[in-house]
Amino acid sequence: MTELTSLLYPITVFVLAVLVGFEVISKVPATLHTPLMSGANSIHGIVLVGGMFIAATADSPLLYLLSFVAIVFGAANVVGGYVVTDRMLQMFRKKPAPAKVGADGGSSTGQAQG
Amino acid sequence: MTYENVYPFVWLAWLVGAACFILGLHFMNSPASARNGNRLSAAGMAVAVLATGVLLVAQGASALAWAIIVVGFLIGGAAGLVTARTVPMTAMPQLVSIFNAVGGGAAALVAIDDFITHGEAGGASVSTTLFVVLGVVIGSVTFSGSLIASGKLQGVISGKPILFPGSRILTVVLGLVALLGTLGLVFSATGTVKLDPMVADLVLLAIIGSALVFGVTMVLPIGGADMPVVISLLNAFTGTAAAMAGFVIDNPVLIIAGALVGASGGILTKLMADAMNRSILNIMVGGFGGGDHAAAGAGGGEGGTVRQIGADDAAIQLAYAERVIIVPGYGLAVAQAQHACRELGELLEERGVDVKYAIHPVAGRMPGHMNVLLAEANVPYPLLKEMDEINPEFDRADVVLVVGANDVTNPAARRPGNPVSGMPILDVDHARSIVVIKRGAGRGYAGIDNELYTNPKTGMLYADAKDGLAQLTAAVKAL
Repeated sequence: MTELTSLLYPITVFVLAVLVGFEVISKVPATLHTPLMSGANSIHGIVLVGGMFIAATADSPLLYLLSFVAIVFGAANVVGGYVVTDRMLQMFRKKPAPAKVGADGGSSTGQAQG
Repeated sequence: MTYENVYPFVWLAWLVGAACFILGLHFMNSPASARNGNRLSAAGMAVAVLATGVLLVAQGASALAWAIIVVGFLIGGAAGLVTARTVPMTAMPQLVSIFNAVGGGAAALVAIDDFITHGEAGGASVSTTLFVVLGVVIGSVTFSGSLIASGKLQGVISGKPILFPGSRILTVVLGLVALLGTLGLVFSATGTVKLDPMVADLVLLAIIGSALVFGVTMVLPIGGADMPVVISLLNAFTGTAAAMAGFVIDNPVLIIAGALVGASGGILTKLMADAMNRSILNIMVGGFGGGDHAAAGAGGGEGGTVRQIGADDAAIQLAYAERVIIVPGYGLAVAQAQHACRELGELLEERGVDVKYAIHPVAGRMPGHMNVLLAEANVPYPLLKEMDEINPEFDRADVVLVVGANDVTNPAARRPGNPVSGMPILDVDHARSIVVIKRGAGRGYAGIDNELYTNPKTGMLYADAKDGLAQLTAAVKAL
C-alpha cells in the first residue's frame, strides 16, 4: 500500500506532463515539425542526468562502464540535438537573406528574427 | 553544504529546467520565435545538469565518478557537436534516428544499472522493478530499432521491406520471453518467487536481448516511404524510456521531459500516419512502402496518354502566369535540387509572378523535412504553405509546377478502391495548367499510375529535378 502511495506523485506528474505536451505541441505548425522533433530529441537527452546519478553510485567495473556509456550517449544527444536544431532554425527567414554578393555583411543574421 | 540542505534547491532547479522545456516547445509555435525557444530549452537543460552536479558534490561523489562524468561528457558532447555542425540537411532523418538510438540506449542503461545496484542491495521494490523492466524494454527496442531505421535512411540497409520466413513467429517468441521475464522479476520482487540475484541478472539479460532483437525485427519489414512514421514513433518510445528511467531513479525532470517527448512523438506519429492514410498498426506490420528504387522500372502500362512538354513552352507558361504554386517532393531532395528550385522561384518573383510552395506533410523522410530543405535554400518561410492552407488556392493558380512529388498529387485518392484512396492530397489538378518535372515514367511508392499525368491540362517535362529546374530557369531568363 505504502509503495503504491509513493508512486502516486510521479504518476500524476507524468500524466499532467503528457497532457501539457499534447497541448503545447499540437500548436506547432507543420513547417517546424523537423526542428520540433530534433528539439524534442535534445530534451530526452535529459537521461544524461540519470547517467550522472548512476555514475555516482557505481561501485563495480561493470557499473562504471555502463554509466560511462550512458553519459557518452546522453551528452551526444543533448549537445548534438540542441546545436543541430539551432542550425536548422537559423535558416528559417521571413525575408530572403541578401544575395551571395553580400558575403561581407553579417546583416543576414539580423534579419533572421523576423 | 549537506545533501539535505542542497536537495530542495536542486529540486527547484530541476523544476526550472522542466519549465524551460515546456516554454521552449511553446515558442516553437512560430518560426520567428522558435530559435529563442530552442535556446531557452538548452538553458533549462544546462540548469538541470549543473544542479545535478551540485547535488553530486554534496553527496560526495568519488573522484572516479567525476572522471567518468567529465570524460564521458566531453567525448559524447564533442561527437554530438561535430556531427551536428557537419551533417547535411538531407541527412537530418538519419541524425534524429541516431539521437533516438543513443537517448533510448542511455535510458535503458540507467535502468539496467539501477537494477544491478538494487540486486546487490537486496532486491528492488515491485514498482521499481516494473519501471526498470519497462525502461529496459522500451529503451532497448528504441536503440536497435533506431539504428536499423538510420541504416535504412542512409542506404546502408535496403529501404525495401525486408521480410524473412518465420519473422512473425520470432516476434511472438521475443514478446513472450520479455513478458515471462518481466513476470518472473516482478514476482521475485513481491517475494512470491525466490530468485537468486545471479538468476535475476540473467533474466534481465534475456529481456534485454529479446528487446534488442525485437527492435530489429520491428523496423526491418517497414519500407522506406513509411520512415516519417517510424522515426516519429521511435521518438515517442525514446521519450517514454526516459520517463521510465525517471521513475526508476525518482527524478521529476526526467519524468516531465520524457513525457513531453513522448507526447510530441505521439502527435507526430498520428499526423504522419493520417497524412499517409494508413493506421500505425498497418505500417508496423509492414510490406508496403517500397523505398527509393521500388518505382524504377515499374513504368509499363500507363493508362491514358501523356502529353510531353518542352522546357521552353513550360517556361513561357510560368513566366507569364500571375500565380504559380510549386509542389516539391522527395525527388527534389534526392536530386539536391532545392537551390535550383529557389533560383527559379526568385526569378519568377522578380518578373512579378506570385510564387508559393505547397508542402505535403509527408514530403521528405521525416515530418517537416521539406520545409527545412527549402529554408536552407533560402526560401522565406512565409512562402511555405501547409496542405490545408494551400489547397483552396489551387483553384486560382495559373500554373502548378510539380517537382519530384507523385502519390501526394494523385487525384485517384479521392476515389475508393485503390492503394492511395482516402489519402489527403494536394489539389494540384484544380489548377488551370500543370507542369510536372519527373525523371521517368515510373510510379510512386504506392505503385499505381498517377492520374494527374494523363490529365489534358498536364505537361510532362522528363528530366532529373535539378536539370529540369535549370532548363526552366535558363528558358525563363532567355524570354
